[in-house]
Amino acid sequence: MYEKDGEKYFVVDGHQHFWDASPENWVKGQEQYAKGWIECFHAYMGLGPPETHWPLEKFMKYSEEDYVHDVFEAGHIDHAILQSTYLKEWYTDGFNTAERNARMAEKYPDKLIVNGRFDPREGEAGLKQLEEDAKRYNLKGVKVYTAEWYNGSRGWKLTDPEAQVFLDKCKELGIKNVHAHKGPTIWPLDKDAFDVKDIDVAATSNPELNFIVEHVGLPRIEDFCFMATQEPNVYAGLAVVIGGLMHARPRFFNKVMGELLFWVGEDKLLFGSDYGIWEPQWQVEGFVAWQMPDTEEYSDYPHPTVTSKKKIMGLNAAKLYDIEVPEELQVPGETPAAQEAAVGVESA
Amino acid sequence: MTPVARERVFHALAEVHDPELDEPITSLGFVSSCEVGADGDVEVVLRLPTPQCAPNFAFLMAADARGMLRGLPGVRGVTVRLEGHYTGREINAALDRGEGFAGAFPGETADEDLEALRELFLRKALVARQSRLCDGLRAAGETLEQLAARRVADLPDVRDAHRCLELRRRLGLRADPDSAAFVLPSGEPVAAGELGRWLRTARLVRMSLEVNGGICRSLLRVRHGVDIEDPEEEVVLR
Repeated sequence: MYEKDGEKYFVVDGHQHFWDASPENWVKGQEQYAKGWIECFHAYMGLGPPETHWPLEKFMKYSEEDYVHDVFEAGHIDHAILQSTYLKEWYTDGFNTAERNARMAEKYPDKLIVNGRFDPREGEAGLKQLEEDAKRYNLKGVKVYTAEWYNGSRGWKLTDPEAQVFLDKCKELGIKNVHAHKGPTIWPLDKDAFDVKDIDVAATSNPELNFIVEHVGLPRIEDFCFMATQEPNVYAGLAVVIGGLMHARPRFFNKVMGELLFWVGEDKLLFGSDYGIWEPQWQVEGFVAWQMPDTEEYSDYPHPTVTSKKKIMGLNAAKLYDIEVPEELQVPGETPAAQEAAVGVESA
Repeated sequence: MTPVARERVFHALAEVHDPELDEPITSLGFVSSCEVGADGDVEVVLRLPTPQCAPNFAFLMAADARGMLRGLPGVRGVTVRLEGHYTGREINAALDRGEGFAGAFPGETADEDLEALRELFLRKALVARQSRLCDGLRAAGETLEQLAARRVADLPDVRDAHRCLELRRRLGLRADPDSAAFVLPSGEPVAAGELGRWLRTARLVRMSLEVNGGICRSLLRVRHGVDIEDPEEEVVLR
């Protein structure tokens, strides 16, 4: 819980990691990719305030003590969702598996939720694994990373026929939240791998599922907004928007938030720190303190209220994950995920 | 033959755009070195913000740079190298052989080249450029009604207007004096009653391109300590 100016915020961090990218975990012959990946993440950390930067060595593998301090003690986080990212082509035991996340979650069962993952290219074996994971970790959500390499393939789309089989399996298993993260590659390589159209199609054909587009579809935030405004079950994960822009690019941050509030609406934005890329503390405190400037440049963007921020910081995610919120931390006159600000338009 | 001057090489590289961001690779800080030998051999190294930048756009920039320099008088051999990229080996080898994208990744592309992808982003760039032009005109006091009534012939003689028309011609869209001043990505005129709504969407497209450029600059600054001029944003780093 975070309290500021007499207002109490229930904080759900919708996007966290507990990874092991240390050299001992690099796959032989794939070291350049394993190293490149984590160094790239580390550069993103550099977009936060300098006093929150870590040396690369710590960044590659942070400890449970680090996690508990940064997230629960200093970070104001009531509840966090640990996302699983495997990347087993590059990391021997996986970059950040559900198993590794679960070892942490078992110790803090009232505070942590583990999300699983699936990859439709794994076929029957993958379906079986998803079933097992769902039972073992009581999954309510999965993270899918479409740019992951697998057996010579450089990625996949949610519209691949095999993917629908997995989405059906999710429904059967009671998994209702699908976090989608786009990356730089997909077959065929000459297509735009960041295109979010496949999420649009999947969201329309699977109205029982919620699709949380991580990093608000960056670098295709415009396509994401045009899509999310039309799909009631599409949400935006704010990881990277807050961590990557609020400190380093404050003007762009105002504009991105303004566009998201306008097109997607405050009921469908979910806070995410992307820890260990960025520590939650400065993000939580900074976002609650942030105001849309009252200048001409931002005059036709929605100006978020305390209620907007309470929803974004935790209440929206609590709904998706059935997290119990103490009465005093609710907002009065709560309405279902309506989209007053959102307007239907055709893509520009 | 007099070897080409380094300034001219750099000037030519400034004509090469990041297709995704619609900005010159030079102002984005992507050119990490540019050497011109006494014999006219030119060697250019490109460095992108992350090793995981999309291979298709990375290839386009490298191939465009190579093509641009090979056409320069006074240039003998041209080597363009992509450094620190996870598909750099494939891309560099294809460039050395003078091959296209399919040569770098045989069997992994569906098309012969990347022109469809390039065109998709040229159309996004057209939306963004028109948003800039409109903002300029509105700041000068024009109403939506006045903007909606404009034809190309009525556009002021400003850089943003030229950049829009240049892109329309490149895309094979009408750009003659009688054609509409503002068009959809398809080339259809923006209907008068729709201009306000269209501007709202155009502003989002423009912001997306600019934010992506901003993140690229931030990452280059963090990773390589290079300071890149950034007209669109005050920067708070370190």
